Amino acid sequence: MEHESLGQIFVITLLSSNFVLAMFLGLCPFLGVSGKLETAVPMGIATSFVMLVASLCAYGLNLLLGYFELEFLRLISYIVVIASTVQLVEMAMKKFSPALFRALGIYLPLITTNCAVLGVALFQTARGYDLGQSIAFSLGGGAGFTLALVLMAGVRERLKLSDIPGAMQGTALSLMLAGLLSLAFMGFGGIGVAR
Amino acid sequence: MTMGAKQVTNMEQLLEGIWKQNPVFVMTLGMCPTLAVTVSGFNALGMGVATTFVLVCSAGLISLLRNFIPKEVRIATYIVIIATFVTLVDYIIQAVSLALYDALGAFIQLIVVNCIILGRAEAHAAKSPSLPAVLNAFGMGVGFTIGLLALGSVREILGAGKLFGVTLFGADFQPWVVMVLPPGGFFVLGAWLLLFAWWARRKEANHGA
Amino acid sequence: MSNQRTDIPPADITGSGRLVATLGLVTMICGALIVAVWQWTLPAIAANKKVMLERGVKALVPDAARIVEYDAAADGIHPAQGDPVAGAVRFYATYDGGGKLLAIAAEGGARGYADVVRVLYGYRPGCECIFGIRVVQMKETPGIGDKIITDAAFVANFDKLDVSLATDMKSLANDVKTVKHGSKKFGWEIDAITGATITSKAVGRGINDSVQVLLPRLRPHLEQLEKGASS
Repeated sequence: MEHESLGQIFVITLLSSNFVLAMFLGLCPFLGVSGKLETAVPMGIATSFVMLVASLCAYGLNLLLGYFELEFLRLISYIVVIASTVQLVEMAMKKFSPALFRALGIYLPLITTNCAVLGVALFQTARGYDLGQSIAFSLGGGAGFTLALVLMAGVRERLKLSDIPGAMQGTALSLMLAGLLSLAFMGFGGIGVAR
Repeated sequence: MTMGAKQVTNMEQLLEGIWKQNPVFVMTLGMCPTLAVTVSGFNALGMGVATTFVLVCSAGLISLLRNFIPKEVRIATYIVIIATFVTLVDYIIQAVSLALYDALGAFIQLIVVNCIILGRAEAHAAKSPSLPAVLNAFGMGVGFTIGLLALGSVREILGAGKLFGVTLFGADFQPWVVMVLPPGGFFVLGAWLLLFAWWARRKEANHGA
Repeated sequence: MSNQRTDIPPADITGSGRLVATLGLVTMICGALIVAVWQWTLPAIAANKKVMLERGVKALVPDAARIVEYDAAADGIHPAQGDPVAGAVRFYATYDGGGKLLAIAAEGGARGYADVVRVLYGYRPGCECIFGIRVVQMKETPGIGDKIITDAAFVANFDKLDVSLATDMKSLANDVKTVKHGSKKFGWEIDAITGATITSKAVGRGINDSVQVLLPRLRPHLEQLEKGASS
């Protein structure tokens, strides 16, 4: 695992090991925000940014904790860093793009509880990635998350014009759709893996 | 009379999380672990118990400290408390069963971002005395575990022909492998929600007519 | 300090000293809890890990009476303590009842179809070959990728996998390679499973990556290991 190249890690995390559709991370916003394309893209980008920052901080924190042999504080430190990053992103967005801030509403602070963000930090630590690999991993993860969000939003927008049976509406439908997307993404299996 | 009313409310607290506000089927919270680890009944049970532990302990501690935590830092404090109990449960699982630990993997630590726990803390534990808070949290945990088990058992039965490791069908059974793969998780949960929604609509229709 | 504004009761605004104090106190309580439970579970966790390790190694080397853990670093081999040191390869030297070195066991892993595939392989210094593997961790597709455990022909690949060192003792004479099913010609090749090529290749890569690093580091110290240096 430590010998994987950056390109491989990016492609694998984007497609065959997609955070949402294969690893089940980031499902709450995936099911909640993906109703409209206009909100899906900014949400994806905001989350990707937080994931990148979280990845960098996690790498640094891990070195620090290892040096002082305080590994048991890992989870607490990761989550505190993530919460702070989201707070900063919120404040920046409020200042520079208030319309977007209002559009994303409650989902912006909810990035803190997005499994994908903490997942990036935890998985990269568990796999022992170095700095370059961690960055490739978080970029791939963020791109994959955005991709899944956009795909889902596109399909759901189209479905608004369809006649869906009453019981199926809502989350049940989203989940079935997600299942189909996940099945499709399984076709990417093996992509980027070394020969 | 107050004693009687309080007793009823406590029981209601417990049951609320199991049926009316079931985290998996009604509130659709905590999706990530729900789909990721429910490839077998045993894993589902393990995750459910771990989450219930964190729910109950954090609700208890937060409820105890609710009058001391200033509201400006409440979210930060809740998160630290929840993260603490998740770290504890991580070590406890390792000490009890390495097999379960390997199966659940990083999702044990991801319990800390399970929306259910923070949601309960914010909506309930911060405002109630200890006993109702703990009972409510326990009910939520049980409801969550039931949801996980419903998912895990179906996926294990269809996808591996077993339940809790016990082989159910004969050697001719062709397992429906997709059920233990990611798409299967989505499909099975979607099917359960469909079932619940259909049943709820029927109930409504019957009452309306 | 004039108090013109009477609409805001002062009790609602918490001073920052109080905020910091609360956070600090809570963090201290939590920190103490974590350290306490960590200390309490440490022996149980270590015992669990030891049991799992022994189970795995014993399955490979049934006659093993004693297992000694080492880390093979660039500067030599050291008795293992705790988690593997960065850059070092953890290996297990197994001895029989009489103290004779039976085999070396080590782990190798590489990404397969779904996630990492980790195998524990057994190496006999005498024949410079791998004599068996055990799959330690695998999340491959049931019925397809998991054939690496059940497929008899695939498992037979590892009865005598040639991993001899080149004359300079710094690398393998031939890389361990997974080839298409049916086209295996040499002792250092692995016949893949039809329809499960990716998983088969992962096993091959995992073993190759591990032996390429471990065996050259191991060679100079074989005598020391055979003497059964106690640790």
